[in-house]
Amino acid sequence: MILDDFKSGDEVAWCPGCGNFGIQNAVKKALVKLGRRPQDILLVSGIGQAAKLPHYIRSNGFNGLHGRALPAAVGAKIANRELTVIVTTGDGDCYGEGGNHFLHNIRRNADITVIVHDNQIYGLTKGQASPTTDRGMETRVQTRGPLSEPLHPLEMAIALGCGFVARGYSADSDHLADLILQGITHKGFSFIDVLQPCVSFNKVNTYEWYAKRVYKLDPAHDPADKASAYQKAAEWGDHIPLGLIYKSERPSYEELSGVAALPPLVDADLNAVNVRTLFADFQ
Amino acid sequence: MTELTIKVSGEAGLGVQTIGEVLCRIFKAAGLYLFSIQDYMSRVRGGNNFIQVRVASEPVFSCRERAHITVALDRPGVLLHQARMETGGVLVLDRSHLGFSGENSAWFDAPLYAIAENAGKSARYVNSAACGVIAGMVRLPFAPVKRVLERAFAKKGAAVVEANIAAAKEGHGYAMGNFHLPALALEPAPERPDLLLNGNEALALGAIQAGCKFFSAYPMSPSTGVMETMAHYADNAGIIVEQAEDEIAAVNMVIGASFAGVRAMTATSGGGFALMAEGLSLAAMTETPIVMVDAQRPGPATGFPTRTEQADLNFLIHAGHGEFARVIYSPGTAEEAFFLAQKAFEVAEKYQVPVMIMTDQTLADSVRNVSAESLDFIKINRHLVSKEESGSASSYKRYQLTPSGISPRAVPSRIADVIYADSDEHTEEGHITEDGAMRTRMVEKRLSLKLSLLRKEIVPPEAYRTENAKVLLVGFGSTYGAILDAVNRLENPGIGFIHLPQVWPFPAEAFTALAGKKARVITVENNAGAQLAGLIRRETGVAPEASILKFDGRPFDVDFLEREIKKAAK
Repeated sequence: MILDDFKSGDEVAWCPGCGNFGIQNAVKKALVKLGRRPQDILLVSGIGQAAKLPHYIRSNGFNGLHGRALPAAVGAKIANRELTVIVTTGDGDCYGEGGNHFLHNIRRNADITVIVHDNQIYGLTKGQASPTTDRGMETRVQTRGPLSEPLHPLEMAIALGCGFVARGYSADSDHLADLILQGITHKGFSFIDVLQPCVSFNKVNTYEWYAKRVYKLDPAHDPADKASAYQKAAEWGDHIPLGLIYKSERPSYEELSGVAALPPLVDADLNAVNVRTLFADFQ
Repeated sequence: MTELTIKVSGEAGLGVQTIGEVLCRIFKAAGLYLFSIQDYMSRVRGGNNFIQVRVASEPVFSCRERAHITVALDRPGVLLHQARMETGGVLVLDRSHLGFSGENSAWFDAPLYAIAENAGKSARYVNSAACGVIAGMVRLPFAPVKRVLERAFAKKGAAVVEANIAAAKEGHGYAMGNFHLPALALEPAPERPDLLLNGNEALALGAIQAGCKFFSAYPMSPSTGVMETMAHYADNAGIIVEQAEDEIAAVNMVIGASFAGVRAMTATSGGGFALMAEGLSLAAMTETPIVMVDAQRPGPATGFPTRTEQADLNFLIHAGHGEFARVIYSPGTAEEAFFLAQKAFEVAEKYQVPVMIMTDQTLADSVRNVSAESLDFIKINRHLVSKEESGSASSYKRYQLTPSGISPRAVPSRIADVIYADSDEHTEEGHITEDGAMRTRMVEKRLSLKLSLLRKEIVPPEAYRTENAKVLLVGFGSTYGAILDAVNRLENPGIGFIHLPQVWPFPAEAFTALAGKKARVITVENNAGAQLAGLIRRETGVAPEASILKFDGRPFDVDFLEREIKKAAK
């Protein structure tokens, strides 16, 4: 596979300089390294600028409802466990509108990879606070800045037992591509929160702002060490760590539900069913 | 036809539902027909629940207003149900256990607790003692009772089976020796190999037969039985059943699974359906076939969680933002539920539309004898394009504009090209577009082109005694049984009946042909707004003259309906 295999003919509707381009490149690079055919990949998204990404990469794409990418993705994965299912979602889509699905799909642990384009702002609705907007950032709606505490997605994911918790940065697409590939190969729910400057509406968390703060986790960081993972996940402000923060293994949904033991459901012979064999239970 | 209505009442937690199931099996084992309803409160313990079984020598499709035999397992049940007894009916109670000292000629004192303690060595066998007493009162032999109890408790071991049989046998003997009312005797017949099915089970079996491989729902009365039946047979039939975190997740999982190529379904009640409305719209926009069950209960909001109503008709026809074609079935019996569940998958995939099956608590929970031979099976056709038909690695268009309005549907990763589906307005390839001309064509495809095809595939109305009818009763869904039984009891050739197993697209042509201008149309509906009458008026121009409405959360019983028909048809 080469990058061009994943080149979509669709016109890109993002702003020039948008952090989404770095994520798009990273996903493509990860897919090249993964080596699967475009038709064996399914990108699922909800609504928002991040959710347009499936259109800009040549693979199967399901661009569903705002906040509902995760259940659609899990449904598709259950239907065909051979698909590589990747969710591209934003901080509003995943942490706001779809927060309940985020909680419960970490618990469910289906073998999918979730990339959250976290620009800490609502882009497509033109600049309102998102669940991860820092206090003090004034918007046309949050005129005194958000009143609510920002959500801490990484700590939350670790607390819920997510087996793969990572943070990437859209301006470092090679590093991000590596995290995405690791996430895809991790068995179970993999979660990557990606810091993504919004050049149009977030005038605080800019490329310059991040450049001064982000650093790559020391190779000595042990992602299996939950206490130290919490510490790293909570780090914000002057120093923001990038990399694989937490990793643990537990049975996937496919293993627990029986999906893994069956041929892909999509290949089932429906004419093989005969409920007459069940009638004795009702006689 | 000889028939009896038997009611067993007690607080939640006493096992009234179990007695009901055992009683139904006993009557079936004795070769009789039955129709049972469950009346239960939205609580786990306490209150008053009852089951009511109408048992007869011929098929019956609805419940009666009053009971010939009422068994009260607790004090409140005595007071509550005494007023709802048939003339000459009997109330069975354990007087000393319940603390009633006075005499009452309509009471039959049966020491159920003493029998249970004596024969089974535990008060918990009181339910089997009651089943034995009832069987003895109606003069059924003990053999079918024994057969049923052996089977019902087989999993709990020989000791439990023996104790239950002993308690039932002593109850049976007690009634044979102490109760003498020949009018209440039933004539047993050889057992037929019928199935005892409620609507939820029939629907689930239909879905399994249709090859549904993924089911996701959030538990909600009265739909939960569909999920339980699917889960019970999941391993057997290779189905994955996933309880969702909410109804929004359920419908979106189902859509995702269907997009990836499997037949998938969800079930809920009105409140849950409200949460699924956006998903319904998504299924329509992405042209993803899904099947949704709404087992209706009374609303608004939480309403009567465990009771019955047919007030979601307008809601289902209009649910979901935007304009798109949909199909709504409204089965009236377990047989229809079994057939329409299969039909729902067939039509959903053929036309790539959301299909809804509207039931209610009455159909969901009521049990009837169903002959296996009377069940209809549909041969499965997926209406998918193959790898060869889909063309090269760059030629497939998920939303290709075709003269019929149906685009080629393929399964991701099973064709050479990639597949895009989009909830935004999209191009033929499935990419986002802002183009007005494309928008216009896509709307026409999703709404009018599909609707015109769906109108050619309507499940026709069922006409009963309509030839010479001056009055036509019209119903949809679970009212089928009560209307049918009422029409039969009235024996008035001037009164006929039209049942609608499909309400959307409305069978306007067939309905008009049946009803025309010849007859006075009266709708029978379990709602307050006469929603069916309004639908008929809008879709056919026929103006129903009256509507017989019931919205107390309880089903129509045939006696009430008969009186109302006489009043309305005067």
